[in-house]
Amino acid sequence: MNGAAQASSMIDVRGLDVVFGKGADEVRAVRDVSFRVPEGATFGLVGESGSGKSTVLRALSGLNHDWTGQVVIAGQAQTPKRDKAFYKLVQMVFQDPYGSLHPRHTVDRILMEPLSIHGFGDAERRIEQVLGEVGLGPSFRFRYPHQLSGGQRQRVAVARALILEPRILLLDEPTSALDVSVQAEVLNLLQRLKQERGLTYILVSHDLSVVAHMCDELAVMNNGAVVEELSVERLKSHAPEHPYTRQLMVASLGYDRAAIDRFEDFGVEG
Amino acid sequence: MSGESESLQALGWRAWLLSSSPRSRNQARLGRFYIAWLSFRSNHLAMLGLGIVLALIFMAVFAPLIAPYDPNAQVLADRLQYFSAEHWFGTDDFGRDIFSRIVYGSRLTLYIVILVAIIAAPIGLAVGTTAGYLGGWVDKVLMRITDIFLAFPKLVLALALVSALGPGIENAIIAIAITSWPPYARIARAETITIRNSDFISAVRLQGAGRLRIIWSHIVPLCTSSLIVRVTLDMAGIILTAAGLGFLGLGAQPPLPEWGAMISAGRKVLLDQWWVATVPGIAIFIVSLGFNLLGDGLRDVLDPKSGGQS
Repeated sequence: MNGAAQASSMIDVRGLDVVFGKGADEVRAVRDVSFRVPEGATFGLVGESGSGKSTVLRALSGLNHDWTGQVVIAGQAQTPKRDKAFYKLVQMVFQDPYGSLHPRHTVDRILMEPLSIHGFGDAERRIEQVLGEVGLGPSFRFRYPHQLSGGQRQRVAVARALILEPRILLLDEPTSALDVSVQAEVLNLLQRLKQERGLTYILVSHDLSVVAHMCDELAVMNNGAVVEELSVERLKSHAPEHPYTRQLMVASLGYDRAAIDRFEDFGVEG
Repeated sequence: MSGESESLQALGWRAWLLSSSPRSRNQARLGRFYIAWLSFRSNHLAMLGLGIVLALIFMAVFAPLIAPYDPNAQVLADRLQYFSAEHWFGTDDFGRDIFSRIVYGSRLTLYIVILVAIIAAPIGLAVGTTAGYLGGWVDKVLMRITDIFLAFPKLVLALALVSALGPGIENAIIAIAITSWPPYARIARAETITIRNSDFISAVRLQGAGRLRIIWSHIVPLCTSSLIVRVTLDMAGIILTAAGLGFLGLGAQPPLPEWGAMISAGRKVLLDQWWVATVPGIAIFIVSLGFNLLGDGLRDVLDPKSGGQS
């Protein structure tokens, strides 16, 4: 990384800590996490369940206020409270498309909501355009979520995130609730949208193959801390350094009794 | 020929309503109502309840056309008569036609039920969703106030309020409304807490929505269906409380033909002229049953955890 790349970095996180609870119940969910994402790149956060990767994303998005550290997004230092302009810049796609759409709102209403919050004028055109972009025709516009499949719902969720024309999209395991063939469709959609709009992505996933397909750089998290940062080329050439990363790679190849018996717990000391 | 084209047209309407890809907001909304109606219609007891409630409304609206006599016309020569062709349900101790009084009394019953529902339900909904969504000290303060109201037996609190405000039907309505909102607040709060942390609420927060918008257009619509069910089921209790207040002389004042007050008036002659108190009692029973059956049917249709989703 040279100076020029650093200057154009879209997201810069330094020493991020997230602590839940107080006193004896205190849990340090994220410990001293730092990373930098250049504009137009896709950055992966990988780790098992409970490793703190989604917590990092919730702190970045402004959903979680209890964090300390330094977060700079598009050149602006962020405080826990965000203003309306921030949400035009950063949007998020959630893991579970069955839980992220309001069950009593039609697709039209779901897409209308962000437009009316931010006072956009030409709602009709924008809704039609964004539905087309995510590959849903006008026939889907007045359906309720229960009339859509999982993949279609996730497309609606992507459309909702894109309708404010953000520059950053935070993706919280966007395909882990979908079956394999639909996963590929949604990932390809996200790739295409990124190229068309020059978006910057942070992708949280436990699936190394998804990360290898989507990302340029990735950070491996375990017990709330980043254990290794590496490029996708290094990952693909099977040359990660940290034993936890190697363990994840073995796990992603499928279930192997002998390999799993050799797994260790890389707890963070202290 | 005409029958055939009519059925074709009906089929067209059905298809339009049940379309899986509606072309407008209204079509989507109407289709949703139609599906709910289809599932409601298959529940015979609920349809019976709906029939009773519609009959009550019909009776209240067309009371002057249905009732054969003026409900307050006293004919002392004809007092305390048994059922006859002239007086279907007999007459009371002032010689007033009981059937006409029952018909006009349906207006009072409906008036009480509707006013209590439109006062108590919105208060409960506002308090419950606000407490549930904001949490923290707002929740503590609002729910302790709710607890204070819940600590008193409903009828005793209503009695105390009516005696303080003075007897009369308006004061009875205010008293019943003030005592019946706390359970609605609890229901709305419980629903709100389960919804509050769901992803679709996080998603609107990430779009920059304010608290008022989130509560009003995202949380309230999900609480209303269980609240409608609860209010409908409570209607019977409201009617009974109003009748109880009328019976004690604290609700509607004579000569208003309120059903509870009519029972109270018939009490003196209960052993010899049983029908004077029994007929309004049966009217209260039927209407309460109707609202209960309707509420049960609505629960099956509207409950977000069972129907209404598919």
